[in-house]
Amino acid sequence: MPSFLRDEKIRGILYQIIAITLFVGFLFYIAQNTAHNIEQRGIKTGFAFLHDTAGFDITESPIPFTPASTHLKVFEVGLLNTLIVSFWGIVFSSLIGLLIGIWRLSPNWLINRIAAAYIETFRNIPVLLQILFWYNVVLATLPSTRHSLNFFNAVFINNRGFFMPKLVFQDGAWMIGAAIVAAIIGIIFVHRWAKKRQEETGEQFPVFLTGIILLIGLPLLAYLIAGRPVTAVYPELHGFNFRGGKTFTPEFLALLFALSIYTATFIAEAIRSGIEAVPKGQKEAATSLGLSPLQQLRLVILPQAVRIAIPSIINQYLNLIKNSSLAAAIGYPELVTIFAGTSLNQTGQALEILLITMLTYLLISLIVSLILNWFNAKMKIKER
Amino acid sequence: MMKKLLKLSAVAALATATLATAGTLDDVKKAGILKCGVNTGLPGFSEADSKGQWRGLDVDYCRALAAVVLGDASKVKYVPLNAKERFTALQSGEIDVLSRNTTNTETRDTSLGINFTGVMYYDGQGFMVPKSLGVKSAKELDGATVCIQAGTTTELNLADYFRANHMKFKAITFDTNDQVTKAFEAGRCDVLTTDASGLYATRTKLANPEKYVVLPEIISKEPLAPAVRHGDDQWFDIAKWTRNALLTAEEKGITMANVDEAKAKSTDPEVKRLLSVEGKMCDNLKLEKGCFYNAIKQVGNYGEIFERNVGVKTPLKIQRGLNALWTQGGLQYSPPFR
Repeated sequence: MPSFLRDEKIRGILYQIIAITLFVGFLFYIAQNTAHNIEQRGIKTGFAFLHDTAGFDITESPIPFTPASTHLKVFEVGLLNTLIVSFWGIVFSSLIGLLIGIWRLSPNWLINRIAAAYIETFRNIPVLLQILFWYNVVLATLPSTRHSLNFFNAVFINNRGFFMPKLVFQDGAWMIGAAIVAAIIGIIFVHRWAKKRQEETGEQFPVFLTGIILLIGLPLLAYLIAGRPVTAVYPELHGFNFRGGKTFTPEFLALLFALSIYTATFIAEAIRSGIEAVPKGQKEAATSLGLSPLQQLRLVILPQAVRIAIPSIINQYLNLIKNSSLAAAIGYPELVTIFAGTSLNQTGQALEILLITMLTYLLISLIVSLILNWFNAKMKIKER
Repeated sequence: MMKKLLKLSAVAALATATLATAGTLDDVKKAGILKCGVNTGLPGFSEADSKGQWRGLDVDYCRALAAVVLGDASKVKYVPLNAKERFTALQSGEIDVLSRNTTNTETRDTSLGINFTGVMYYDGQGFMVPKSLGVKSAKELDGATVCIQAGTTTELNLADYFRANHMKFKAITFDTNDQVTKAFEAGRCDVLTTDASGLYATRTKLANPEKYVVLPEIISKEPLAPAVRHGDDQWFDIAKWTRNALLTAEEKGITMANVDEAKAKSTDPEVKRLLSVEGKMCDNLKLEKGCFYNAIKQVGNYGEIFERNVGVKTPLKIQRGLNALWTQGGLQYSPPFR
């Protein structure tokens, strides 16, 4: 045996090179074989189909879509719908998860048990079943269009969805937006000033109350000054269905509901383990400082607990985004349902479409974890 | 880790979609069983009964093909597929033949790597609505919500029809016919649309069939045909001539009951060739002598298959109409056995 092969380090590198070569060779072989077989069978390949007319319609689309639109547009609509339902899913599951996670450790026996029952129930049922369950429950319990539940002739609920007035912004509406931005900047300023003042003088300032007043008051003032530039379009029963206004379909609601409730159980557990990981002395110290239980939670326990919980919460967010693809079961038009489903079947371009879809999910997941990892790094306790 | 897994799954997807097969006939003979892709549940065409036995017109084609190739109509493995899965299953070799109320279209025939054999059922797309809506014609459906199965020609026709008639609609699409039916029954949509045969089949599944009505308009041509993989001409020939044999048998009045008598006594040269008394019809297809005899003996002729599964004495109550033989004013026609 040549002497350099006896060197453990060199051998290690050699093994790695061999492994990579074999792996790349395998990939190359698969790609070749695939291309050959496809050609032999007379299956069309390439990405030109993206510019062909789709020919079918999509129920809910955040951007204009008609049957004359292209498959590329189908992809865009699917991606947007995936992002929309994922975004709201992340918001709601975080809120529910935080609440349940805190409840889970409540000294109140009833609240504690309710939280435990919630977690054990919804964590252990496959999310696909939950989606189907909510969808069928929603459809079974809601009345038909003509017998809609009617709230003040503005909000209607029936088995076609949840209809509410849509706000229409006219000239001058920008002033309201500007007022909101101004309010947020104001709150940050007040917060900083209050903190500084407390550090210097020990006096507290009602930051939260001031914030709310600013956030509501400034836009309201702008609304009145600009001459009430916001009007509402009310949904109206017209022929078969309601028209105008904003609609949430049963598919969207069932998916959002199921994803939020399911993912919240994991987030709650992450929060709970985070809270339990905070040393007991922290709480005792907070008590001895005379902080109320709520203050203890808000100022001492949660900031430390969330730091510990963030990495596992990131994973749950990624799971939620990927689970949204189960919408295919109830027909919510997200990426997998309409692009990797309908478009794939209408064009038959399985390889191309699956490749695009997988890369898209990969990209979304990488971006989300990049953002959250950056956030995590920022939140981490700085060890010096 | 995630990246690695995704990479691997991508490779796996590519690999499974493209397993090369030699001759389908050899594969089927070697396996001793025919893998047939069918509908997940469409009464009269393809449905598993309470004992798990598959029944229906599409199913009977699989049985006839198994009888022709293997001599035994029961040697079929049924693979239930939804509309979205069916072509990939055929392309990838998961099934040997797709017999699943599939419309023959130009795009599918030319770009999916598949070939359609002869038409088993001439169909057209229609609409079903609850009687309570008071709708009498499809032209009154402006603004309606329509339940539909994803990835079908129906889905495209629907969009075309509403566009041509300057009407608007909302389509709610689902993967399987069962989901479509359930949503329609729950009132999620005003209209259910699919091939007319499918509408009659679906109506038998509803809790209160008499509360629903099929509208008179037929908006498309839907020639439903079995399909095989492109590039295997021998297998394509066998699949085509199995269907032709079923039609010729009906035309000549040969049934399950009298096929033995016809084989022994018939003087008609075409019947003799069909039943392998004379000629080399089965040899030409590299099959055993009496291949078509087996299919007729075990499954029956086209007319028997039609009446048994979807005809006027079944819950579907479908008239022969376009599916009558050419000699009876219909479109069903077989090239001669010569």
